[in-house]
Amino acid sequence: MTRATRLDSTALIYLVLVAVVAVSAVLTGVEGRNFFSQGNVWAVLTAMSVLGLIAIGQTLVILVGSLDLSVPYVVSLATVIAAGGMKGLDGNIPAAVVNTLALCAVIGLVMGLLVSLLHVHGFIASLGIGLVVSGYLGTNYQGSHGAAAPDLRLLGRSGIAGWIPTAFVILLVCAVLVTLMLRHTRLGHHVYAIGGNRDVARMSGVRTALPVVAAHVLCSVLAGVAALLLLSRTGVGSPTIGSQGRYDLLSIAAVVLGGTLLAGGKGSVVGTIGGVAIFAVLDNVMGVMQVNPFLKDFVRGLVIVLAVAVYARRSVVRRPPRFGASRPAVLDVVTGPSRAGRKGESA
Amino acid sequence: MSATTAQGRPGRTLPLTDGSLPRRLVRGAVTPGGAVFILAAILFVAVLSANPSFGEPPQLIRFIGRTAPIAIAAMGQYYVIVSGEFDLSMGAVIATQVVIAGNYIGDDEGRVLPALVLMLVIGALVGLVNGLGTTLLRVPSFIVTLGTMLALGGLVRFLTGGAATGNPVDSFREIGRGGIQDVPVVEVLPYPVIVLVLVMVGGVWLMRSPFGRTIIATGDNPDAAALAGAHVWWVKTRAFMLSSLSATVAGILLVGYAGVHPSVGAGYEFQAITAVVLGGVVLGGGRGWILSAAAGAFALELLFSFLNFQEIESTWRPTVQGVIIILAVAAAGRAWSLGRRPSKSSPPAPPAASAPSPTTARPGTETGEI
Repeated sequence: MTRATRLDSTALIYLVLVAVVAVSAVLTGVEGRNFFSQGNVWAVLTAMSVLGLIAIGQTLVILVGSLDLSVPYVVSLATVIAAGGMKGLDGNIPAAVVNTLALCAVIGLVMGLLVSLLHVHGFIASLGIGLVVSGYLGTNYQGSHGAAAPDLRLLGRSGIAGWIPTAFVILLVCAVLVTLMLRHTRLGHHVYAIGGNRDVARMSGVRTALPVVAAHVLCSVLAGVAALLLLSRTGVGSPTIGSQGRYDLLSIAAVVLGGTLLAGGKGSVVGTIGGVAIFAVLDNVMGVMQVNPFLKDFVRGLVIVLAVAVYARRSVVRRPPRFGASRPAVLDVVTGPSRAGRKGESA
Repeated sequence: MSATTAQGRPGRTLPLTDGSLPRRLVRGAVTPGGAVFILAAILFVAVLSANPSFGEPPQLIRFIGRTAPIAIAAMGQYYVIVSGEFDLSMGAVIATQVVIAGNYIGDDEGRVLPALVLMLVIGALVGLVNGLGTTLLRVPSFIVTLGTMLALGGLVRFLTGGAATGNPVDSFREIGRGGIQDVPVVEVLPYPVIVLVLVMVGGVWLMRSPFGRTIIATGDNPDAAALAGAHVWWVKTRAFMLSSLSATVAGILLVGYAGVHPSVGAGYEFQAITAVVLGGVVLGGGRGWILSAAAGAFALELLFSFLNFQEIESTWRPTVQGVIIILAVAAAGRAWSLGRRPSKSSPPAPPAASAPSPTTARPGTETGEI
């Protein structure tokens, strides 16, 4: 029974995705173009990869009951650091990549420690760290900086059979790894337990600090990987590329769209990828129809609310199989929606 | 001076309502809601030492006038946060109102009053949509208000083409930039200060009314509030409406300062949330005082003034802001959790009282008790 309801949760988001794709295909057809053409599929998958990687990290952080608003600044920082380190030379790639990801990991570590040890709400910890990073970026970098190595740029253009970009393959690999981590490791189970109820998890003998820190570190590192993918496309590091992409709010929206509970403890990476795909398809079709960029935001906002509304009422009675019978359903029906803002409040 | 004085209930002695007023003030000052006043005072002294003329009444009153919009926005955000939700749509509401003011009023003096009514109605409507989306559609408020933020912001930018358009008549702008002339001591009493005081008084009155009590109860534990007979959905919806109305008032004041551009109000939601959190209001709801939220806004603005006077590059501003927020919240979290532990001298509370849990019912916590 739990198996069926669980499939239902992710299945629903993919049903919405299929509907969106169908409508998009029709609309693209009306414009006299083919949605399923090679170039268009490539474009959609490429568009998915950056937001997708960030959203995977965001899923982890949200599952554990925290929030990460610093991703846009981490992405910007990672692009300038990586581009500055590469200086357009292939030989510098390994060092630059390692440096960048290590820096991201340190940022995530600081955030994780703030959340887990000092009990700062994830919203505030990540907002604060984001502001710190943005101040650093604003002071030290004006305009674009450095240059991507040719090999990295080649990576941005390469793909499988001209249909699937390498960036998307990286996204899939990361998604599979994180899913395996969540489902089959102790760390993953602890992530769900802490997101469900930090105090109960702690009293059951779970060390709550490690999973929280791990989730934040992974989120920042994935944001760093996303930044490298962005860099492979743009070719130069930009101190504003993250905030222009509004990856903080869009990634959270994608995670929630994918059926993950904003309060933590319930959700999956598979759903998140579905949410990201919906955004990518929408953006693509609006691009094809040449919708005014400002109007795009209007449509995006409308879709986010409507899509979440479609299953928000349903998802409140659903829970992962792991916790199938442990809590009375009545409580969830009453509380699920109303406690959306109550994630990981410091105890 | 603390949450407790506003929330003490007759007929039942709460720990913080015993004792004389000075003792209560001291005890209140060590709660996060009280500490923000001390923080603001320290920052004020710091600014004063950097620039002695800042303390002259005319300068000071102008500073208060400048801070009024963000303080009003913070108080609006307070209602939503204390009820356990977020309102990210504030900046977009401000932008909408500013653009409406610019385009609807134009040069027509006669349209000032209808415009004010129209703006307030639109503000209430946005709040209603946010509230109903959160409570009836059961979409998390973070997502609903993010949606209204994108939708409203996108619509306003689309309609204006992203550029400054229209210019409201001067009499309307006077609300934001004008004031009563020839007042003793302060020379000029800006209208924003008067509006701010009115909003503060209204807010304090509202939080002491049954609605205020219910909103805090709802934020602390929606299940318990619902079981106790509160209409949680309507309480929360009203909180969202108050938030959007506050954003509208902030927008009206901002027209005077900033002129008509769809980017006015950008980032206000995070500024307001920062101010509220700095004021010791707990994200997740149920704890905090409305004037602490306003004090948080003043502390933030004083910090910016201080950085200006220190001639620190303005690009470092976000960094300092980020560090201060984290430190303040870390300290506040400590203070709240200390305060929630039963004191050793008092008779032991029921066993569950020492185990506050964020996601299930929290037995032993009173409205406003710390």
